[in-house]
Amino acid sequence: MIGNAVFRVEGLRKSFGRNEVLGGIALDLHAGEVTVLMGANGAGKSTLVKIVSGVYERGGGTMTLAGREFTPGTPAEAIRAGVVTVHQNINDGVIADLDVATNLTLDRLTGRGAPTLFNPARVRREAKAVADRMGLAIDLKARVSDLSLADRQMVAIARALAHQPKVLILDEPTSSLSSAEADRLFALVDRLREQGVAILYISHRMSDIRRLADRIVSMRDGVVSGAFDTKPLDYEGAVNAMLGRKIHLDRIVARSSARAVMTIEGLRIGQGAKPISLTLGDGEVVAITGLVGVGKTALAETLFGVRRPLAGTMAMNGKLYAPRSAGDAIAAGVFLVAKDRATSGIVGGFNIERNVSLPFLRRMSSLSVLNRRLERATARRQIEQLGIVCRSEKDEMSALSGGNQQKVMVARWMAQNAALFILDEPFQGVDISARRDIAAKLRASANGRATLLFVTELDEALETADRILVMSEHTIVGEHRNADIDLDRLLAEVAGGPLHSAA
Amino acid sequence: MTLRDHAIRYGFIVLLFGLVAYFAISADGFVSPQSAVFIFQSVAITGVLALGVTATLVVGGFDLSIGSVATSAMMAAAYVMVVLEQNAFVAVVVCLSIGAIVGLINGWLIVYMRVPDLLATLGMMFLLVGLQRIPTEGRSIATGMTMPDGSVANGKFSDAFLALGRHRFDFFIPNLIPVSVVMLLVLALLIWFFLEYTRFGRMMYAVGSNERAAELAGAPVKAYKIWAYIISGVFASIGGILLAARLGRGDIASGNNLLLDAVAAALIGYAVLGAAKPNAFGTAVGALFVGILLQGLTMMNAPYYTQDFVKGVVLVVALVFTFALSGKGRS
Repeated sequence: MIGNAVFRVEGLRKSFGRNEVLGGIALDLHAGEVTVLMGANGAGKSTLVKIVSGVYERGGGTMTLAGREFTPGTPAEAIRAGVVTVHQNINDGVIADLDVATNLTLDRLTGRGAPTLFNPARVRREAKAVADRMGLAIDLKARVSDLSLADRQMVAIARALAHQPKVLILDEPTSSLSSAEADRLFALVDRLREQGVAILYISHRMSDIRRLADRIVSMRDGVVSGAFDTKPLDYEGAVNAMLGRKIHLDRIVARSSARAVMTIEGLRIGQGAKPISLTLGDGEVVAITGLVGVGKTALAETLFGVRRPLAGTMAMNGKLYAPRSAGDAIAAGVFLVAKDRATSGIVGGFNIERNVSLPFLRRMSSLSVLNRRLERATARRQIEQLGIVCRSEKDEMSALSGGNQQKVMVARWMAQNAALFILDEPFQGVDISARRDIAAKLRASANGRATLLFVTELDEALETADRILVMSEHTIVGEHRNADIDLDRLLAEVAGGPLHSAA
Repeated sequence: MTLRDHAIRYGFIVLLFGLVAYFAISADGFVSPQSAVFIFQSVAITGVLALGVTATLVVGGFDLSIGSVATSAMMAAAYVMVVLEQNAFVAVVVCLSIGAIVGLINGWLIVYMRVPDLLATLGMMFLLVGLQRIPTEGRSIATGMTMPDGSVANGKFSDAFLALGRHRFDFFIPNLIPVSVVMLLVLALLIWFFLEYTRFGRMMYAVGSNERAAELAGAPVKAYKIWAYIISGVFASIGGILLAARLGRGDIASGNNLLLDAVAAALIGYAVLGAAKPNAFGTAVGALFVGILLQGLTMMNAPYYTQDFVKGVVLVVALVFTFALSGKGRS
């Protein structure tokens, strides 16, 4: 096997200042194989990807592509050499203001030999060919900014594939895809594997990994901590090598609640959707799961007052609850950790301390003058409570890893007592250990409020919740107590009833 | 901190002191209370406007109408006193109202009509430049002028109003500090405290950095944006009052440079102490920096027509400090 590595990395090093991020990485990618790279956030995966894709300069070591030295100076050079990367941040891969067709053929507009004049008909023809090749069912004339996150991701991947790569790097590609879309992606990865493309697949999702991996490489603290290539693959070993400790799945002891905090009656959140009725109790953690686009975020936003229901009522502690804004909801004790922290959570210009205090400035000031000492004390307490890894509360958010950024978002809303605490996809782009920390914290502090999570990943629901509800087509279609769950029934509910199956 | 961090942080302040030291040595009479007051006085009006526009920069907007708000306020003050023969109090109230109303309309256009900030305030600028000429058919306003209908305007600027431009407070030396300088200092302190130490200021920064996050944290984002433009409008109208009081007439040709000078001061302010964001202290230092530079050059007999060029150079250097060196421009 060693002999036919298409792409080989040896002794790769990288430091930022005094901080060594990569301490001599060795990695082989073989033609027609999917190598899965696992690593907790901060293990150096992203840095490795950025060096290979020509974004960063390496600090030391060698890279060879098909036996020849590979030293990309820019991302464009890497792509031209045949090493194509689909980055985790979807919006890096597409241009929001252009239509799908132009996005798919964007790279043909630049470089040597590109035509000077823009020919829309030819662009559409070429785009159609690219889209057909990967079975992309998206209106080519639609503007990317009008597409859902999942569709944008498909466009970004399709765009990368238009290059006919020798080496394809996929950085957490399924983190915002529904399982149907993920299946489409897997089918595509299979096809590319057959065509002899060497694929490096970075993911946290065990289901993806089990489905795709030919080999697994685990990274920890900037070095390769384990490589697994004998079948059957040792998944548990790979996870252990990545975490550096034996993980043990604590079985949830499902609690049930005596006192209702939030009662929802006949709530309709989508045109033609069946009404939702549910009760959330004091001290219980409820997870609502379902595919991408079934209305989970719509329900979260309705509860939080930034979206109006079409019909139905909500009552909190027996009193009518009809928030007209996020401000109303917060005043009533309903807090939301919104989905996609980069766009709807983090204030980039603020450090940790100011991000934490943001929603509660009124409570932290007298006569509207901020009490900075209280603000700092709160931030320090929250950093300690959630185990946020940072130098101090004055650190910029950009200095933190994804998992720690998410912890700050959770810490922000746990600084005050909630009556109903909603978290929409709180584990998106969060490594396993940070995810466990957050989930444990949520369960430990659950008394005195109702906690409601919206998660696409079933594992996350099983790990965290007392009760699991399933959403499909903008309504609740199933309910399970998290004890001896009938997984088959649950999965059937997730997959949905008459979802275009008549056709 | 590395040397580079220090350079970013203190570079501009060091430059400022270096400049003062250089002029102190090479220009006679540069270091004197009178010279210092003159510098402050020369930047007082643009400084006030710059502080106002800082508020709109904080929420991620921009206000191009401040110059024309100031000149409109100046013309209105003259019209109220000279033509309508009202007292100083009425003139001041009318001016401030104009500023507040224009700010409100700017905010409404931007927030509810979704016109991009630069375009909305550019439109407002043209509108006001035209509007302020209509009552007098394009003529300047002074006592004894002939009105379009042939009558003669007999009102005059009240002494109380003129005092805003001409009175000087004693400060160790008799008759040293003009009202406009005191006004600048007070407003600078006020807006600095507001932005740095109140929850409203903090939330305005949050709105400017991530609007959606601020909204989901419960902030009435639209109201914050509109208030920022109202602050900007009111500050600009205060600038206009000071201008009218200094000139003693409604001069149609004055105030051309106000917008550019004020914007330059606010943008230079980004570089002060490595803030890399709009801030009141930086804006005040920025205004002062331009004032010192121009005063020094004037005392060294540099010709007046080089002034705009020098201001431009300073602005470009400051922007390089902010965006290239601190690396905050990349996001």
